[in-house]
Amino acid sequence: MSSAIELTYHNGIADADLERLRAGDSVELTGRVISLRDASAARLAAAVQSGQPLPISLENQILYAVGPSPAKPGQIVGSAGPTTTSRMGRFLPALFKAGLRAIIGKGELHGEEMAPFLSHKGVYFAAVGGLGALLANQISSARVIAYDDLGPEALYVLEIVDFPVVVIIDRRGVNFHEIARAQWRKG
Amino acid sequence: MEVKSPAVESRGIREIDVALLRDTIARLIVEANYNIPPDILQALRDAIDREESPLGRRTLEQLVRNYEVAAAEQRPVCQDSGVAVVMLELGQDVHWTGGSMQEAVYEGVRQGTQAGYLRWSVIGDPTRLLKLSGQETPAVIHTEIVPGSDVRITFASKGFGAENVSALKMFVPADGVPAITQFVLDTVDRAGANACPPIIAGVGIGGTFESAALLAKKAVLRPLDVRNARADLRQLEGELLERINQLGIGPQGFGGRVTALGVNIEVHPTHIAGLPVAVNLGCHSTRRKSTTL
Repeated sequence: MSSAIELTYHNGIADADLERLRAGDSVELTGRVISLRDASAARLAAAVQSGQPLPISLENQILYAVGPSPAKPGQIVGSAGPTTTSRMGRFLPALFKAGLRAIIGKGELHGEEMAPFLSHKGVYFAAVGGLGALLANQISSARVIAYDDLGPEALYVLEIVDFPVVVIIDRRGVNFHEIARAQWRKG
Repeated sequence: MEVKSPAVESRGIREIDVALLRDTIARLIVEANYNIPPDILQALRDAIDREESPLGRRTLEQLVRNYEVAAAEQRPVCQDSGVAVVMLELGQDVHWTGGSMQEAVYEGVRQGTQAGYLRWSVIGDPTRLLKLSGQETPAVIHTEIVPGSDVRITFASKGFGAENVSALKMFVPADGVPAITQFVLDTVDRAGANACPPIIAGVGIGGTFESAALLAKKAVLRPLDVRNARADLRQLEGELLERINQLGIGPQGFGGRVTALGVNIEVHPTHIAGLPVAVNLGCHSTRRKSTTL
């Protein structure tokens, strides 16, 4: 994957780094992400909406839609590929309001689902769904920081290294899935 | 008149301890989650040559690599170990001993999930109204009674990315094959990247509302190298596959020619007034493993 843009960030992602990305770009991310799933997204969004303190700041953060499988002894994390982003779509406006900048997941977002990305200049990255074993090897540390009662849906902080993603929605609001599907469709 | 109880006339009855079923399920769930079926791996390897989109080709290469790494490192191929679907073709001359057959399957899933470091992906109460432990592992069990004294087990770990975008529709006879074709294409098109393409499309046609869905599940779990026994349905499978691959979705919806690896159709007679059609989508990681007790 030599053609990928290498993007390393510390203490959150900078606007300038996101600004230069274009829908369809292959990117290798190195930095910190916070995991998100159905149950943790609901809980986080509820906390934002009721003004409760969050277990971790989302300011300038990247969320990763993932619920890893358990680590075997000696492993950092079990398999850890992306889950479908659209299931968490209704919680994204609140999370963007709390400072979220980008999300890694899988699957498509269209129409109304794109609205929070457009209004907050958010970026949507897709990792390859069903790449759980390979992507686990791009994670250098994993720890549960909150919501451990949610089991696989607990909030993890993950350090990712050269983590391969594709830009699906960029800051201009261009949607790569729509472009790519139209380009390759026959008849 | 003397009435003989079935127990007395038990010649030919094969007794199987449910512990064997439990241990077999515990083994199958781990093997299925660490090793992609060989026919799917071969189909993915073949698809690399066919894919014209560079990003699509690279994605297919990553998928193949993922399956190689998972097998080598003995890791789940995907973190979503799914819902355990257990299909039992149960010989009518089998008698289970040692406990409940259903509990044995559940316990096998529990033990395998634990031992294989699989994710607890099932919630006990779908309404989420009950607060349960979070480590519930009931399976979905389908039992078919067949002649003989064998037990044929097909185990599948069904991920929900593709399950969530599956669909069922009750057509009428006049709609016919054109409607079936359009429904399959619409379902795959609407699912897009969410089903984790390249997908396998299982199409169940006929029977009743619930049996169409079960036929679709059987179809999606049929190996890709086993084609339909009926020539006309085999041709329809081929046509559907070709048209799906013209949709342009491509691997992971990144655009390309390889949207599906296969289309499998299963049929059952239906009412003169009806045409039930179910489409069960399987991701590229449709994990299944079969054995016979």
